[in-house]
Amino acid sequence: MMTTRTARRRAAGLGYYGTAGALAILFLLPLAWSGWASVRTPHGFGLASYRNMIHYGDGIGTYLRNSLEVTAMTVAGTLAVSLLGGYAFGRFRFPGKNLLFLATLAILMVPYPTILIPLYVLLGWLGLQNSLAGLAAVLVMFQLPFATFLMRNSFEAVPQELEDSAAVDGCGTFTALTRVMIHVVRPAVVTVGLFAFLAAWNEFFAALILLNSSDKFTLPLAVVDMEGRTFGSIDYPTLQAGVVFMAIPCLFLFLLLQRSYVRGFMSGALRG
Amino acid sequence: MQTTTAAPVARAPGDAAGAGRRRKRAGGRSRRRALAGLGYAAPTAAVVGLLFLVPLVLVVWMSLHHWPLLGNPTFNAPKNYTDVAHNTLVATAAWFTVKYTVVTTVVLFTISFGLALMVQHPRPGVGLLRTAFFLPAAVGFATASLLFLGFLSSAIGPVNPVLEHLGLINAPVDWITGSPGGALASTVTLVTWRFAGFNMLILLTGLQAIPVELYEAARMDGCSRWQTLRRITIPLLRPTIALVLIVMTTGSLLAFDQFYILTKGGPDDSTTSVVMVIVREAFVRFDLGSSAALSVLVLLVLLVLNVVQLSFLRRREEK
Repeated sequence: MMTTRTARRRAAGLGYYGTAGALAILFLLPLAWSGWASVRTPHGFGLASYRNMIHYGDGIGTYLRNSLEVTAMTVAGTLAVSLLGGYAFGRFRFPGKNLLFLATLAILMVPYPTILIPLYVLLGWLGLQNSLAGLAAVLVMFQLPFATFLMRNSFEAVPQELEDSAAVDGCGTFTALTRVMIHVVRPAVVTVGLFAFLAAWNEFFAALILLNSSDKFTLPLAVVDMEGRTFGSIDYPTLQAGVVFMAIPCLFLFLLLQRSYVRGFMSGALRG
Repeated sequence: MQTTTAAPVARAPGDAAGAGRRRKRAGGRSRRRALAGLGYAAPTAAVVGLLFLVPLVLVVWMSLHHWPLLGNPTFNAPKNYTDVAHNTLVATAAWFTVKYTVVTTVVLFTISFGLALMVQHPRPGVGLLRTAFFLPAAVGFATASLLFLGFLSSAIGPVNPVLEHLGLINAPVDWITGSPGGALASTVTLVTWRFAGFNMLILLTGLQAIPVELYEAARMDGCSRWQTLRRITIPLLRPTIALVLIVMTTGSLLAFDQFYILTKGGPDDSTTSVVMVIVREAFVRFDLGSSAALSVLVLLVLLVLNVVQLSFLRRREEK
């Protein structure tokens, strides 16, 4: 009887790992295929697709620089605004505090494709039409609800004694932030920075609306443009080289910072 | 020994003048802190005010005008709104978007929930499985759409050869642009691949909040796996399920990238979503007023939907 139970358990385990393993392969397959397709040539394997991708349009260097600029500005802007904002919401009392916090969270309630058309007009008035800085500013705004929420919670969790001892040491509120508090909220800084990076690096829709000359294109716009530019037949292998080029930093960062990523998720999911 | 000040201040007993001074200093301190707080919140206020509240008012203002991409706007309310009613593409797109949302939500939720249950309990290798299911979500959505453009293509994709080898199809099928059904299925496949792990993770955070003792008690009582799911897991997971469903429906109703990149709205506008029409009005027909009117309508529909879903969720929670 013992043996049949062990046998049954072993069969169940085999069934579980069989199904789960097959599913895992199914999920990983497209990623692996893309890498494989990008190095395939008509005569075997080689880097011809990557060479095509590098020389596409204004040269991949232009698009990479644009992407890096937008991403750097978005990450820096999101961190600066949400760090100060989170500090204000978490540790201070001031008139209009709750109203401003609610207005920040309300960004989540408004579907963002619907305010990009007025943002396009507004950025034109501000002289930021077709500009990477304008795009970054909009991306910072879209990041703010999540970033501010996470930062405020982290600042709220800082023990009062720590702030008091900084005050006793003669620190002003700003010095207390830069010398003491910032070390305590570092995990939130990493999470917010990671999410801002991924959002800015991958953003397609806002970039499509707000950028309109190809010398300003970010990587996703440039690679999608490759798809449309070749009349009739799409150069699929070169597209896959572009896919790999864009995906590698994201996969690398995710695997490196998996814990920060999941923490961001938990705090986001708990908001429900 | 409670003082009104936040910081401990040495007390000089019986010194009335000192107490008054202290109180004034306390008031000054809290005012100074309020000013500092306002200062730190100022960048947030500037971004939220300028880039969120102003556009929110502007979109309504624009919707009341004939607003060409180039040239001066002129007041024409309510023409932009009445035109929406006569725009046949809007009706087709709205109907398609609803259909897409229902199909995506059902498929995506079923698979995400299944994956979450699969990796719910700790056992050897479960961490690797979670990472494998989640990895597609680490890739950008536009990137994923381009990946599937090749993956599902009959030119270099592996799908047709595999299906032919298995004898399921006789000739290569043009999945993405061949037929409206194929285009819809291609998009749903892409979205499921890209977002299942993401939703699995949200559901998993909810699942892990369920006490293990409950499952042990159920096993002691001889509950079957199906009974455990129906009597314990689903009821306790309801808030998380509701959250995931809200995120899924909202995301699907606003779908754009997957259609713009993968199907280009075709074949024959059959996969043109509402947000695609908003973009087309603005940058193909150069009519920002009409685009703004559509935006306002979408905004209202989604706000109402969110409020209804949230209040439904609240009421369920109170029960």
